[in-house]
Amino acid sequence: MSGFSFARLKAVFFKEFVQMRRDRLTFAMLIGMPVMQLLLFGYAINNDPRHMPAAVEIREDGVFARSFLAGLSQSSYFDIVARTTSEAEGERLMRSGRAAFLIVIPEGFERRLVRGERPQILISADATDPVASGGAVSAVQEIARRAFARDLEGPLARLAPSPAPFEIIVHRRYNPAGITAYNIVPGLLGVILTMTLTMITSIALTREIERGTMETLLATPLRPEEIMIGKTAPYILVGAIQVALVVTAAMTLFRIPFSGSAPIFVLAVTLFVFTNLMLGYLISTVARSQMQAMQMTFFVFLPSMLLSGFMFPFRAMPAWAQGIGEALPITHFLRMVRELMLKGAGAADIWDDLWPLAIILAALSAAALLRFRRTLD
Amino acid sequence: MSGDLVIDVRGLTKRFGALTAVDDLALNVPKGAIYGFLGPNGSGKTTTIRMVCGLLKPDAGEGRVLGHNVLTESAAIKARVGYMTQRFSLYEDMSIRENLEFIARLYELGDIDGRVERSLEQLGLASRAAQLAGKLSGGWKQRLALAACMIHEPELLLLDEPTAGVDPKARRDFWDQIRKFSEDGVTTLVSTHYMDEAVQCDYIAYIAFGKKLLDSPTREIAARVGLHAWRVAGPDLGALAHALEAAPGVDFVARFGVELHVVGADEAALARAVESVRARPGVTIERIPAGLEEAFISLMARAPEAVR
Ligand SMILES: Nc1ncnc2c1ncn2[C@@H]1O[C@H](COP(=O)(O)OP(=O)(O)OP(=O)(O)O)[C@@H](O)[C@H]1O
Ligand SMILES: [Mg+2]
Repeated sequence: MSGFSFARLKAVFFKEFVQMRRDRLTFAMLIGMPVMQLLLFGYAINNDPRHMPAAVEIREDGVFARSFLAGLSQSSYFDIVARTTSEAEGERLMRSGRAAFLIVIPEGFERRLVRGERPQILISADATDPVASGGAVSAVQEIARRAFARDLEGPLARLAPSPAPFEIIVHRRYNPAGITAYNIVPGLLGVILTMTLTMITSIALTREIERGTMETLLATPLRPEEIMIGKTAPYILVGAIQVALVVTAAMTLFRIPFSGSAPIFVLAVTLFVFTNLMLGYLISTVARSQMQAMQMTFFVFLPSMLLSGFMFPFRAMPAWAQGIGEALPITHFLRMVRELMLKGAGAADIWDDLWPLAIILAALSAAALLRFRRTLD
Repeated sequence: MSGDLVIDVRGLTKRFGALTAVDDLALNVPKGAIYGFLGPNGSGKTTTIRMVCGLLKPDAGEGRVLGHNVLTESAAIKARVGYMTQRFSLYEDMSIRENLEFIARLYELGDIDGRVERSLEQLGLASRAAQLAGKLSGGWKQRLALAACMIHEPELLLLDEPTAGVDPKARRDFWDQIRKFSEDGVTTLVSTHYMDEAVQCDYIAYIAFGKKLLDSPTREIAARVGLHAWRVAGPDLGALAHALEAAPGVDFVARFGVELHVVGADEAALARAVESVRARPGVTIERIPAGLEEAFISLMARAPEAVR
């Protein structure tokens, strides 16, 4: 009958602003919460992660290299996810986050080892998550020593005594000093946006229903998609304020570098903001009361904190937890933000996380529209 | 015939679980009429009104509202209907003007400012336009709600107990307003519990337990219900009432100030009952036409048997 109307959407949009302005407490919460969390979470949470994805770049194959690799893959610290001989490929694996470690065995390694020249093994660690890289790096030394001790028998036994016949050079990438705030603060951006935006839109419809105003809305020609967009869009602005706040604090208070592409960052953040608003809105189509909506928001919020890679390194989680994590918008957002802020990534590097987020957004919006009840029964 | 009918629905039925809130209800409301909708609490008035404007999906039934199919064309119906909910359902954290502007925009009306201004004037809200709706007294809220549901000049008004909790003066103003709309050709379906409002309606439908028990032009109702009434006055009304209630032929005795209205369906038996107290000192009796009020009290008393 009557089609989508931009005028009606605008009416709902401005109505939300009027109400937001009157509801100072909520608005203060939306702005105050990021500040509080930033300060609270500025400190790190420590643990000893395992099963970190590692890539090996073998420029020259040989007995010792293989023995060392075997030792690496047997250790619980590393999972070898790729082998390559090309330096460019190795670099790409690191930047896209597929590998948290890159282990490079240079040319002429065996020859120089036999000659007793103490050749170098280069380990690049993705230190954007210093907690994740710390334990694993120290494990490498031990693994290498044992692997070589086994092989250096017979005529080569003279090479075995300490010091080790080779040198391991550890290169912490992206966050050389291993500062935890580098990891926590970008992650916090994701947590803040998830928490506040999901919560605020989760009561979008339940509040109208509880106050009885839903009956008025439904008695007018408003369409479900107009209500959906009109009621969520105002909070894009709130999201933008929060992002500006956190990024400013990150760069001034915590001196976190911003090395990536700003437009791509804005794109990623926008997509994530939309996704959270839709997630909340979907909750609001399911919940029967504001109280219920809050409870459901917490139900979403908990895995978002624990299984997204915010609290614990994602790669070190069991497969089922990673599976849940992949379905959470924040997981993809965290990866993108760390890659963008700390690693100087561009569009190509974050593509792996951009499209899953877009799919989650589309699925959430579709579900919310399907769930929307056009009548009071 | 259906050309003049603004509401023309049949067989409307709505169930909530095991409860049948509205049962096989038909409504025929002619254009320009004020149609009163009466019935005790929980009888299904609100549910019926909600089905008429597409807010609830009927489990059965068919028909047309403003010429649109009531089951399939609710978007078209909503655009031409003004619905005033039983419970105040505008935004309490927005001012009167903001509420009216918001509603006006939802109907995509031209000249929103002018329209809101006129509506504020018309309903006497202009001086309070900036006040938050939540801070208004009950009567003012009603006025605002009426203004809001009128803002798009609907052809059909559905008013669900619009004057509950409103003082008599405000109620009279409210009805004057409705009467004016009616003269302009607006059709009104209004539910109410007040008899003084019911008598102002052109037609009255009475429902109980989701079933329509009566539907007729207002002035024919007492006759249709088939009631006879006597006025009895005298000292010690309490004792009189007791005596009359016990007498055969008396359906019920209603007290109006210093007199009793004695009502019954059986004319002869009622007359004998009243005669029996005439001899008491100071008692006067007088035959009166049965009014609406008597008719409804009697309907309510009879309703359970009529339905089951
Ligand atoms: N959404 C609902 N879910 C379940 N039961 C309902 C619902 N809405 C109404 N009912 C029931 O349907 C019956 C009719 O209710 P309705 O509100 O239509 O009565 P009403 O005539 O408007 O009463 P009142 O004069 O008190 O406003 C009641 O028993 C009520 O409890
Ligand atoms: Mg009601």
